[in-house]
Parts: sequence; C-alpha cells; structure tokens
Amino acid sequence: MLRFILRRLLQMVLAFFGTTLIVYALMFAGQGDPIQALAGERPVTPAQRAYLTEKYHLDATGVGGFFYRYFNYLGGLVQGDLGQSLTGRQISDILAAAWPVTLKLAVIAMAVTVIFGVTAGVIAAIRRSGVFDHATLVLTLLVLGIPTIVLAPLAQYFFGVRWPIFPPTAGAQPSFYALLLPGIVLGSLSLATALRLTRTSVTENLRADYVRTARSKGLRRRRIVGVHVLRNSLIPVITFLGVELGNLMGGAIITEGVFNVPGVGFNLFRGIRTEDGPLVVGIVSVLVVVYLLSNLVVDVLYAVLDPRIRYE
Amino acid sequence: MRVRRLAAWAALPLAVTLGLTACGSGGGSGGAGNPDAAVRIEIAEPQHLVPTNTNETSGSQVLSALFSPLVDYDEANKPHEVAADSVTTSDNKVWTIKLKPGYTFHNGEKVTADNYIDAWNYGAYAPNGQNSSYFFEKVAGYDDLQGETPKAKTLSGLQKVDDLTFTVTLNEPYVDFKSMLGYTAFYPLPEAAFSAPGVLAEGYEQAPIGQGPFKMKGSWQHDAKVEVERYDAFPGQQPKVAGVEFRIYQQPTAAYADVLSDNLDVIKTIPTENLSTAATDLGDRYQESPASSLQVLAFPTFQEEFSKPEVRKAISMAIDRDEITKSIFKDSQRPARSFVSPVVAGYRENTIGTAGAFDPVKAKAMYEAAGGPKKIELSYNGDGGHKDWIDATCNQLKANLGVDCVGTAEPKFADLLTKVKKKQPVGLFRMGWVMDYPSMENYLGPLYSSTGSSNYYGYSNPEFDKLLAEGARAATEDEAIKKYQAAEDLLAQDMPVIPLRYGQNNFGHSTKVKNVHVDLFDRVDLLKIELA
Repeated sequence: MLRFILRRLLQMVLAFFGTTLIVYALMFAGQGDPIQALAGERPVTPAQRAYLTEKYHLDATGVGGFFYRYFNYLGGLVQGDLGQSLTGRQISDILAAAWPVTLKLAVIAMAVTVIFGVTAGVIAAIRRSGVFDHATLVLTLLVLGIPTIVLAPLAQYFFGVRWPIFPPTAGAQPSFYALLLPGIVLGSLSLATALRLTRTSVTENLRADYVRTARSKGLRRRRIVGVHVLRNSLIPVITFLGVELGNLMGGAIITEGVFNVPGVGFNLFRGIRTEDGPLVVGIVSVLVVVYLLSNLVVDVLYAVLDPRIRYE
Repeated sequence: MRVRRLAAWAALPLAVTLGLTACGSGGGSGGAGNPDAAVRIEIAEPQHLVPTNTNETSGSQVLSALFSPLVDYDEANKPHEVAADSVTTSDNKVWTIKLKPGYTFHNGEKVTADNYIDAWNYGAYAPNGQNSSYFFEKVAGYDDLQGETPKAKTLSGLQKVDDLTFTVTLNEPYVDFKSMLGYTAFYPLPEAAFSAPGVLAEGYEQAPIGQGPFKMKGSWQHDAKVEVERYDAFPGQQPKVAGVEFRIYQQPTAAYADVLSDNLDVIKTIPTENLSTAATDLGDRYQESPASSLQVLAFPTFQEEFSKPEVRKAISMAIDRDEITKSIFKDSQRPARSFVSPVVAGYRENTIGTAGAFDPVKAKAMYEAAGGPKKIELSYNGDGGHKDWIDATCNQLKANLGVDCVGTAEPKFADLLTKVKKKQPVGLFRMGWVMDYPSMENYLGPLYSSTGSSNYYGYSNPEFDKLLAEGARAATEDEAIKKYQAAEDLLAQDMPVIPLRYGQNNFGHSTKVKNVHVDLFDRVDLLKIELA
C-alpha cells in the first residue's frame, strides 16, 4: 500500500511538470498583446511598454523564445518562486489567499452532495416507484438541465435579494453562512448525479443474493441497508465524488463570480482575461495536483470499502 | 470493527463542515447594524495604488480618498485650487505653484514642495515604468529621463523656491496646464514613501500614506477590500462620513445584488443587463450624471476606399444615432454629434452639421456619387458588449446605403489595435475615449494630431496640427478655446471618425446613504456622501 502511494506521488511530480509545459504553451500561443490587454482601451506609452516587455521577457517570441521563457519560469518554480502577475503581485501570495476560500466552498458543496445526494438516493432506492422516487427524478432532471450560469443568479436573486434568507454575496473572509448558498448552488449539480448513481447502485444491490441471505438470517432491515448494501453501493459514488472534487474547484469560476467569492475561479477568470500567463499556469498547475490527489484518495478508499482490493 | 471504520470515513466530511462552521461564526460578517459604520463603495481590484502608476478608475477612486489634489473642478469643469494656494503663470510656460500651509501626511510629515518634486520625478523616470509617466512629458527635461539608461534622474523643469513654493517650466507654453494638475498623477509622496532618493519603498503601495481627508485603516486586502478612515488633522473640507470601505468586486452584477439588499452602499456603474429594471428596483436611488467618454467609429483613412471625406460623411448620415441610443442603450448613453464631449469648456452642439442629421436618401446619393465600397466591415472587440449596437448599425447601413455590411469581432481591443497598427484591412473600427483632464485639447491632440498617441487612423492635417499648437500657446483659456474650435471645424470637414455617443454614469445607492455624486472621472465624491 505504501509503495503504491509513493509510486503515485512520484508520477504526480512528472504530471505536474507536464501540465505546466502544456498550459504554458497554450497561454503562449494564445497570447496577443498582454500589455495592451492590461491597459484596456487606454494607449500604452513606449516607456511603459519597454519596462513591462523587459520585466516579463515579452520580446522573446517564436519557439526559441517559448523555451527561454518556459525554462525561466521553471527555474523560478524549482526555487519555489511562482513569479509575479502582470500587476506586480507575487503569484504565490494570490494563490495562498485564494485556495483556502475555494477549498471551503468546495467542501461545503461536497458535504451538501454527500449528505443530501446519498441519503436521498438510498431512500429513493428503498421506496422504488414511490412518490419520493418520482419527485426526486423530476427534481434532479430539472437541476441537471439548468446550467450554473442560470442557476447561480436565480438563486442569488430569490434567496439573497427577494427573500433575504442568505447574504447575496459572500465577499472577503466569508463566514460559513455566507458561503452556504454558493456552496449549495455549486453542489447541486453533483448532488443530482450522486443521487441518481446511489439510487441505481443501491437498487441493484438490494436484489443481490447476500441480501436475501441476510434477510433470511433474520437481520434487521436497517442493518442490511445501512451496512451491507450501502457499503457495496458506494464504490461508483466514491469514484464520481473524487473526480467531482477537482471539478468543483476548477468549475467554480461562474459561482465565485456571481457570489463575489475571491477564490481560485475568480483569479483564473481575471488571469485569462488579462492574458496573464504566469498566473494562469500557476493556478491550473495547482488544480491538476488537486485532481491527482483526489484520485489517489479515491483509489485508497476502494481498498477500505472492499477488502478484496489490494494494491502492490 | 469494520462498521466503525466506515462510520469514521463517513464522519470525516461532516467533521470538516462543523469545523468550518466554528471558524465562520468567529469571523462574523461585520458592517451591518452600526450607525457609524463606514460607507461601502464598489470598486474592482486596483492595478496599483501609487499616484503616478494609477490610471484606472478603481485605483484613482481609492487614491482620491487618501490624497487631496492641487486643483479640483467646479460645476463648469474649470479648475480651482484645493491643496494649492495659487497656480499662476505669466507666459503659460513657467508656472508657479504655491501650496496651502498646514497640510500634513498621515504619518505626521509636513507637506512641502519637495514632496511634489520627488513624486513627479519618480513618475517621469522611465525605468520606474510608471503608467502615468506621459503626464509629465510637457515638463522641461522629460526627454532626458527616457530610454533604458536615462541621462538624468530629475526633471530640469521642476525648481523649488521655498518650502511651500515651486516652479514648473514646460517645454512649450501650454494654457491648460492648471487643468492637468487635478489628475491622480500629480499627487505628492511623503519622504516615508522612498527607501532611498528615487526608490519607492517596498510595501508603500500596500498602505499608501497621503495628505488627503482619509487615511488607510490597515492595508490593502487584495481581492477583498481597502478600508480608510477619517484623518482628523486634515485642514481642508472634512468629509461627512467616518470612513469608507472600498469593496472589491469581480463582476458588477454581484455588486448590484448587494446594493438591492443594502449590503453595499454605492455601485458606480450599473451593469447593462440590469439597466432596464434599475429604475423600478431602486426608484430615485438610481441616478445618472454626465461622463466624459465618447464612442466613435473610426475610418482607416489610409485605405483607398475610405480616403474620400464624402464617403465618410455619407456613412455618418446613414446612421440613426437617436434610434440606436434609445432602443439598444435604453437612453443610458446620449447621441453625439461633436468631436468633444459636453463636459468640457468650449463644447458646441452638432459641430458635424449635416453629416450628423439622419437622412438616408441624401446619404445614399452622396455615397454612390463618391463611389463608396460595396461592402463595409465594422470591427469591434467581442469582450465589451458592443455586438448589439454594431449589428444595429450594420443593419442601418445595409438598409440605407444598399451595401453589404458585416460586424467582425476581435477577441480583445488589444487584438483589434494590433491589426490596425499593422494596417491590416479591418474596415471601420470602434473606439472609445475617456478624458484625462477636462480640456478640449485632450479630445483633439492625442486622437487626431499627426503624432497623437491614439491616432490609429492615419489622419494627418498640417493645418489642424498648427491650430492645436497655437491653441496651446494662447495667452488665455478663452483664446485657446477659439483655436481648438477652429481645429474641430476642420475635423468636421474631414470626418476621420464618426462621433456616435456620449457616455453617462448610471449609478445606484442603498437606502443607507444620501448625497451620492459621481464625478467625470467615474469617482464617488467622498466629501459629499452622507449617511441617511
């Protein structure tokens, strides 16, 4: 098990450098004129242009220029220096401020998914074809059909402005309560999927032989469902949730914008808009690491859920 | 055993959530409930908070709290002294600036002439890479501070007379220099801002020290907020609020939702998607004030098919400005028929004359007689919400001139500019202009003079250049305005661009504040705003 984890961690280092190369190349290829993008529609003076060009090596173009700038960036990265954004802020500072906020938001969204999605899925499976089952089917289809870009402003308008149950935006240093609405919105999409997955999986397992055996042994229904069935049904759900954790963090661009949460998505959006290469590469690389880590956790969890699975 | 282990895994997310709850309730949300609370104003994340490096509205809004300008503008947008006691000149070339006594920086330092001279030298010195350094290009010695290794470190045109007096010598006489002094770039810097002469101290920008009505409360919290509180030793007009919290928003729609629920006090620009409902949502808390911006469609005059002024005028006549401002912009902008904005002295209505009157019949006849192109392309940047009006304009041109017209979106304005600078055929392209200081010259010089910094259309008229130079050298402002107006008349004959619309500030405020004014620079007037 330990060797397995170590091997995966080593692979992660390689994957990390690979992504920085790809993302850096993409940003480099798509880059028009970052200095003008920063200034918006204002004219840029020659002095200012010369200053920024020299500072960020923007005059290095072509394939040679790309590798020059990429290795320059990597050199800094190895020393723990993620570089500066085009407005002169340390990218490591930006990330240090943004990650905790996004993490909080993602954990809330995840908790909402697990608590409501899995519970409702189990209930729907036990009372198959009942009122609850049909109601959740319609609701989840509805949620899956509405994109976040519509859902988030609607939720903000109804639960923040019209009936002020929640604060309409979270803002800086948000409290748990302020993050609840964005968390629910962010989690609602994966909640729907998790609910459907759990329901299918539990339904299938309820028909399995070992359930019949358990029942004939005289076990209580609660124990059969809560321990035997649920544990066997969680494997596909856990796989889904692991991937979803990465999605929640990267996919928070819209939600963070609508609810003014100064997290990773918020900064990524700005980085892309101002063609701020180093900022985008920094954020995306860390996102990749989060994906890899959450996948590793999922793999380890398999072994916990199903003792037959062993890693070498 | 196994059951317990599973339960432990399941409990993990729950425990984390509970832990977060505990953190959250400790932090509190603050702001609400306290009658002496600061007013909360929406801004975007400033790029910089150093006066000579700040040229966007969010940064200059914050600096307007921390600094007091030498001059400010009255109702007619003429400059009057604030931190300056007097700004005088006999020949428009050598200007004597006398400071009011009694001003101190927030760290206790007395404000002297040196503070201004040091700050301006820092701003003009090219290796410092300051965004607003071009504001000093009229000062004698500016050229010696340019290049990678400049010849000098200080502007030869700045001379200290005594502690409260200094003189500014310009390269050329310039009648509007006093108007320029109201801009953010001309604030002073305290000695504490420099770690060595000419070297800005690390971290100054995180908590700028100024000499204005408010001082920093804590430091700049990136992506979150900048808080300032009243500076009691300020000798000028005291503000009516105890402090201001500039809250940083990425998207204006989020700020709008906060204003609706009294969670934020002022939003300076109501997002376009909310404009149609803003009047009902906010009632009389939705307000408008004139802004300095001017939207135009520019011609690449270096291209053969657009080289004739008749073609350019015919296109202008075929556009129904009133209809577009009404149906597309819901009257949040105003139709423009002059090259300068109504907010500056010397503005005259309808200087483009018949070319601004919508007349499809005449336009078509004129267009065909002049042999205008059969196909017109309108280029714009796709990230600025321009598609609707470009498409509407295209449809009008199609219907009224009988030509084929397409709107072409470039991803960003920078991409559009790159193409225009390389003289690639982009057809007509949209441009916007926001003034740096209220003067007719600022709408004419940079945009249409042969060497203008934003003259992308290859327009060059020696007569126009001469009139501008004469205006700058004029003895009085009134004489200068006459020259500038004559220059504007030349533009009306040549039509290098089609003026389309003047901007307008559309702002809103919560029920907790009153007396909200937004000035020409898109800044909330912090001396006038009050708690309701």
